[in-house]
Amino acid sequence: MTIYGVALLAICTLIGVGLGDLLGMALHVKANVGGVGIAMVLLISARVWLSHRGALSAGIKLGTEFWATMYIPIVVAMAAQQNVLSAASGGPMVVIAAVLTVAACAGVVALISRIDKGERP
Amino acid sequence: MSFLVDLLTKQGLVTAFALVGVIIYLSHLISKYLTGGRIHGSAIAILAGLALAYAGGRITGGLKGIADIPMFAGIGLLGGNLLRDFAIVATAFEVDTVQARRAGLLGAFALGLGVIIPFTIGVVVARFYGYTDAVSLTTIGTGAVTYIVGPVTGAALGASSPVMALSIGVGVLKAIIVMIGTPFIAPFIGLNNPRSAMTYGGLMGTVSGVTGGLAATDPTLVPYGALITTFHTGVGCLVGPSILYFTVRAFTGG
Repeated sequence: MTIYGVALLAICTLIGVGLGDLLGMALHVKANVGGVGIAMVLLISARVWLSHRGALSAGIKLGTEFWATMYIPIVVAMAAQQNVLSAASGGPMVVIAAVLTVAACAGVVALISRIDKGERP
Repeated sequence: MSFLVDLLTKQGLVTAFALVGVIIYLSHLISKYLTGGRIHGSAIAILAGLALAYAGGRITGGLKGIADIPMFAGIGLLGGNLLRDFAIVATAFEVDTVQARRAGLLGAFALGLGVIIPFTIGVVVARFYGYTDAVSLTTIGTGAVTYIVGPVTGAALGASSPVMALSIGVGVLKAIIVMIGTPFIAPFIGLNNPRSAMTYGGLMGTVSGVTGGLAATDPTLVPYGALITTFHTGVGCLVGPSILYFTVRAFTGG
């Protein structure tokens, strides 16, 4: 049943976001602390548990994977409702931050692959 | 004409599904025929979304991009916090834990660096451009991690919409640079085996950027990069509104 997958996803999201809210309250911040991340860990654990029991049905997979595949479209819709007009005034900042980030990370990849190669027999 | 507008307005979310579907379809056509597949269709679609948001802002003078036009209000629901978080959680389902364990310490190490380095650069650049409050700095910094982590963190912290848009802008531009640049920088950074692909996925961390870039470099490397990258958003969403925010707040003192 597809709804089992959707419901599993919903329950993990509710618990995760709920814990994130509680964590925020406990830490005295007006923020949800890592709720989405906690929900993701819960969903991974649920999938591992279900597949160990052989209970990972096609319906459960369909119900969750459908929403996973909807994530790019949702991001497109999210982009379409941002306040781009006022962000456009901060143009160079966006370019500088993005270029520096990619350059720094590529440099570290080069460094790691060199060290990694050196360590291998 | 007014019949059509009424129909699209009444069917809000359904209109949004159709509109986003058309945007993504056209974006993939543009990707295929105008860029030779070099720029991932998803990246073009996101840029198109931002362009529509710009147009919406121009037309209505509102704060919510195209969603301020009643006919496209469904975009606000489809791209709103609720469905966004729901879909992001769902992506965790694809993570293969056996392979994840095999990816080992190197991937985790790269993943950690891939959050800290972009975040630090994002925060420093934002500070340089005059942002001083911890919420804005953290939101822009996490945008440099990925275009998902930025808005998720910004939403959790209550960042302003212009800052959210900047944060997404940094993340989207980073994804596009990674997509286009990967095939060109691959020979120089030793990106030719699964281990380095995992390192790359961990450090770059943008799913569409890394998968698009690796596909253009060597399709067999895609799953290795994607495996680590799928953790990226989760880790970022976990530490963004918590550890990273607290760290920045400790520096700004408020």
